[in-house]
Amino acid sequence: MNEQWLGLITGIGFGALLQQGRVLRFEKQVGAMLLRDMTIMKFMMSAILVGMVGVHLAVGSGLAQLSPKATQIGANVAGGILFGLGWAIMGFCPGTSVGAVAEGRWHALFAIAGMIVGAALYAEAYPYLEKNLLTIGGLGKLTLPGVLGMSAWAVIPSLGVLFILIFVFFEKKGL
Amino acid sequence: MKKRVNWRPYIAGALVGVLATLSVIVSTQALGKTQFLGASTTFVRAAGFVEQAVDPEHVKKNPYFLKEKVKIDWQFMLIVGIFLGALAAALLDGSFKIEAVPPVWRERFGGSIGLRAVAAFAGGIVAMFGARLADGCPSGHGLSGLMQLSVSGFIALACFFGAGALMAALVYRSRGGAR
Repeated sequence: MNEQWLGLITGIGFGALLQQGRVLRFEKQVGAMLLRDMTIMKFMMSAILVGMVGVHLAVGSGLAQLSPKATQIGANVAGGILFGLGWAIMGFCPGTSVGAVAEGRWHALFAIAGMIVGAALYAEAYPYLEKNLLTIGGLGKLTLPGVLGMSAWAVIPSLGVLFILIFVFFEKKGL
Repeated sequence: MKKRVNWRPYIAGALVGVLATLSVIVSTQALGKTQFLGASTTFVRAAGFVEQAVDPEHVKKNPYFLKEKVKIDWQFMLIVGIFLGALAAALLDGSFKIEAVPPVWRERFGGSIGLRAVAAFAGGIVAMFGARLADGCPSGHGLSGLMQLSVSGFIALACFFGAGALMAALVYRSRGGAR
């Protein structure tokens, strides 16, 4: 099967699960940022909990390779903050915006148009950023087990327990 | 009084974890390249296609478009799939709903579509510039990054939520503490 078909089929599954998790909605995304409704955190952390076990099992059995993004402190922090500021106003992230339109929330089209313009502006800024901001704090493709000098199988259960405690906290507080 | 736990986000999320695992295995075996879930690079390619229609020479010369390559790839089709999957799921369970202004926004800023459009457009510009600078969004850095225990994922996700919470508190909490 070719790359495009595989992407399409995976995306259909991803879109259906995003929709069924009810995370495509403006109110769920802004609700999490207002610390009122943790639906998207529950969804993301459940995906990470299962995915980190699955991905590391697959990598351990030689069926896949890890491909972590490089840690660039300057760009990760500055970009992360900019993203967060825009995200709160827009109420969607890049992946959910497309699914939101599919769910009938057609106002997400304005967010999509803005994001395409944002990407175009970044492409224009890239030659300048490459020489300054993108050179700050470049540490390579770091992973938590690598930094801690531990096996992934020591980190995964610890994070798993932490996530479950956070879930219990969310449910106790009715978030 | 104990409220019944709503398992929906947990179950759907856990299934995304299964999907991500199957996806890395199948893509590695079928394509020889491990594909992780992500979304924001596709917006670069979409911008590239739009610009190509106007000024192909400009796109050919831009180092960022050369780096990310303007083409319909796995992730581009993933995004098309998200649309189709969400549409099918929403129609099947009857949760499809035409909405012009989100209720939370309406409560704070009224029902003007124009105001919502301008805000969403401006927010989209800032957010996507940030996502490309950070090299990922809540899918690429958040889901795929943390599944791989990537340090950049933890940093980016903390900044996404920290800045998001700050901006949301400024924008949506009405003055006088009405809520």
